[in-house]
Amino acid sequence: MENFLQLLVYGLQLGSVYALLAIGYTMVFGIIKMINMAHCDFLMMGCYIVFFMVSIFFGDQMIGPAVALLVVLVGSSIIGGVGVGIERIAYKPLRNRPTIMCMISAIGVSTFTQNLFRALPFIGPTPRSFPKLIQDFTITVGPVQISFARIVTVAIAIVIMLILWFVVQRTKIGMHMRAVSNDKDASSLMGVNINRVISITFFIGAFLAAVSGCLYATSYTVIQPTMATTLGNKAFIAAVVGGIGDIRGAVLGGFVIGVVEILVTSVWSDLAYGFLFLVLVIILLLKPEGLLGKPMTEKV
Amino acid sequence: MGKVLKVVKNNLEFPIFLLFFLLVTLLHNAGIVNSYIMQVLMLACIYIMMAESLNILNGMTGLSSLGQAGFMSVGAYMSAMITTTFLNVSAMNGVAQVVAFLGATIVGAIVTAICGVLIGIPALRLRGDYLAIVTLGFCEVIRAIWRVIPSDIAGAAFGLTGIPNLANFFWIFLFMLLSVYLCRNYMDSSFGRACLAIRDNEIAADTMGINCFKYKVIAFATSAFIAGLAGSMYAHLMSYIQPDVFSYSKSTDFLVYLYAGGVGSISGAMVGAFALTVLPEVLRDLENWRLVIYGALLLIIIIFRPTGLFGGREFAFLKMKTGGVKVFHAKTPILWVKSLFNKKEKKEAAAK
Repeated sequence: MENFLQLLVYGLQLGSVYALLAIGYTMVFGIIKMINMAHCDFLMMGCYIVFFMVSIFFGDQMIGPAVALLVVLVGSSIIGGVGVGIERIAYKPLRNRPTIMCMISAIGVSTFTQNLFRALPFIGPTPRSFPKLIQDFTITVGPVQISFARIVTVAIAIVIMLILWFVVQRTKIGMHMRAVSNDKDASSLMGVNINRVISITFFIGAFLAAVSGCLYATSYTVIQPTMATTLGNKAFIAAVVGGIGDIRGAVLGGFVIGVVEILVTSVWSDLAYGFLFLVLVIILLLKPEGLLGKPMTEKV
Repeated sequence: MGKVLKVVKNNLEFPIFLLFFLLVTLLHNAGIVNSYIMQVLMLACIYIMMAESLNILNGMTGLSSLGQAGFMSVGAYMSAMITTTFLNVSAMNGVAQVVAFLGATIVGAIVTAICGVLIGIPALRLRGDYLAIVTLGFCEVIRAIWRVIPSDIAGAAFGLTGIPNLANFFWIFLFMLLSVYLCRNYMDSSFGRACLAIRDNEIAADTMGINCFKYKVIAFATSAFIAGLAGSMYAHLMSYIQPDVFSYSKSTDFLVYLYAGGVGSISGAMVGAFALTVLPEVLRDLENWRLVIYGALLLIIIIFRPTGLFGGREFAFLKMKTGGVKVFHAKTPILWVKSLFNKKEKKEAAAK
C-alpha cells in the first residue's frame, strides 16, 4: 500500500508532464486535424534553451525560484515563437492538402530539428545534465516520501492548465479557437482570422511543450537531442486515450497514462511501453472517440 | 526466333533488368562496386518492397497505415526463427539452405498476411487518422511481444543473432521485382479497381455494390504479405534483428519514402524508396550534417511538390492498363521544371 502511494506520486508527476505535452497534440489536432509528429521536439528545444540561458547568464551559481520560473517562461515563449515559425514554413503551404501530407511534413521537421541539434557543434549528440532550478528536499507525509521538486512540478502543471482553461473558455481568442475547431469554414465566414488562431494555437502548444520539458528535466536531469521521441509518443497516446481534440481529455489521459506507466514499470519494466500502446489499441477499438470525446458522426 | 524477338520487344524491361543485374554482379565480382555499395543497393531494394506494400494501403485503398514496420517484423522474426532456431540452416549444404530459406520466406510472408487480416478486421472499423493511430498501436504492441518472447526462441530484447546470411543480391532483386509486378497486377485487376474506387469515394463505391470491407481486408493482407517478404529478406541480409529496429520511426520512414516518391504510383514508391535510401549514404562524408540535409530536402519536396516526385505518373515498362495513368518519359523532368516557372508566371499575372 505504501509502495502503491509512493508510485502514485511518481505517476502523478510524470502524468503532469504528459498532460502538458498532450494538450499541444490535442489542440493542434482540434484546430487543423493534423497529427503533429514534430511536437515533441519543442520539449527538447525548451530543455536546451533553458539549459543555455542558465549556463550563460548564471553559470554555476544557484538561482532563486522566482528567477528560475522567469527563465523557464522566457525560454518557453521563445520556443512558442519557434513553433509559430515552423507552422508558417512547413504546415501552412499544405493546409488544403490531405492531412497526412502535413504529417509527412512534420516528420521532415522532426528529422531536421533533431539532427540539426545533433550536428550543431555547441550542442552535439552527447547528453548534458540539466541545471538544478530549485533547491530540492524531501517531505515525508506518513509512509510516503515526496521530493519538493515533484510537488512543484504538479503544482505548476495544474496552475498552467487552469490558466489555459480560463483562456479557452472565457476570452475572445479562446472562443475563436473553439469556433475554428468546430467548423473552420463557417468560423472563417463569421470573421474569425483563421491564420491568427492557428498561430496562437501553435504558440500555446509549443510553449506548454517547452514548460513540460523543463518540468521533466528537473527530475530526470539528462537532456539530449533524441530525448523527446518516446515522451512525445506517450503524450500522444495520452491525447488519444483522453479523446483527441478535447483539452480536458488530454489532461485526464496524461495523468492516466503517467500513473499506468509507473505502475506497470514497477511490475515488469520491459513491458511498460508496449502496454501503453495496448491500452491505446483497446480504447480506440472500444471507444474510438476516447474517454471524454463525443461520438463522431459521418457527414456524407 | 521471330517469336522470341517479338516477346523480347514487347517486354523490353526484362532484358534491361537482367542486364542491370548482370552488370552489378560483374562489377561487384571485378571489385569496382564494393560490398558496402552492394549492401546499400540491397537495403534499397528491401525498402522499395516496403514502400510498395505501403502503397497498396495508402495509395490504392486510401487507408493510412503507420504500422508497416510491425508487419515487417513479423515476417523477419518468423522466417528467422524458422531458419535459425528450428532448422539450424547453417549446418546444411548449399541447395538445402536455399530451399529452407525460400520456404521460411514464404511461410513468414503467409503468417504476416494472416496477421494483417487479424489486425485489419478490428482496425477497419476506424477511419482516417484513427486508423493510422491504431495501426501504429498494433505495430508497437507487436514489438513489445518480440521483447517478451523468451531469448532461446526469438532473442527477447537483445535480438536474434546468428541468422544465416542467405539473402544475396539475386534473391533480393528477384523478390523486389516480383513484388513490384504483384502490385502492378493487383492495381490492374478488379481488386485494384475496387480499391481505387474505395479510395476515391467509399460511400459511392459501397452504393455501386463493392463490398468495401472485403476489399479493405484483402488490401491489408496483400500489403502485409509483401511486407513479410521484405522482412524475411531484411533478416537474412542483416543476420541480426532486434525489436527496436522495427519501431514506429521505421514505419514513418516508409511513409516518407512513399509520399516523397508520389503516393498511389508504383514507380513513385520505387523511386522514392531508392532515392531516400541512397541519399543519406551519398551524403555520408558530411557526417552529422547528412540527416539535417536529408530532413531539409524532404521538407522541400513535400512543400513544393505535394504530389510527390512522380505525382501519379508511372514508368512505361509497368504497362498500366487502368485508365488515366500518365506515363513517365524522358521529357517529364523538363515538364516539371516548366510547370514550376508557369506557376510563377501565373502568380505574376494574377498579381497584375
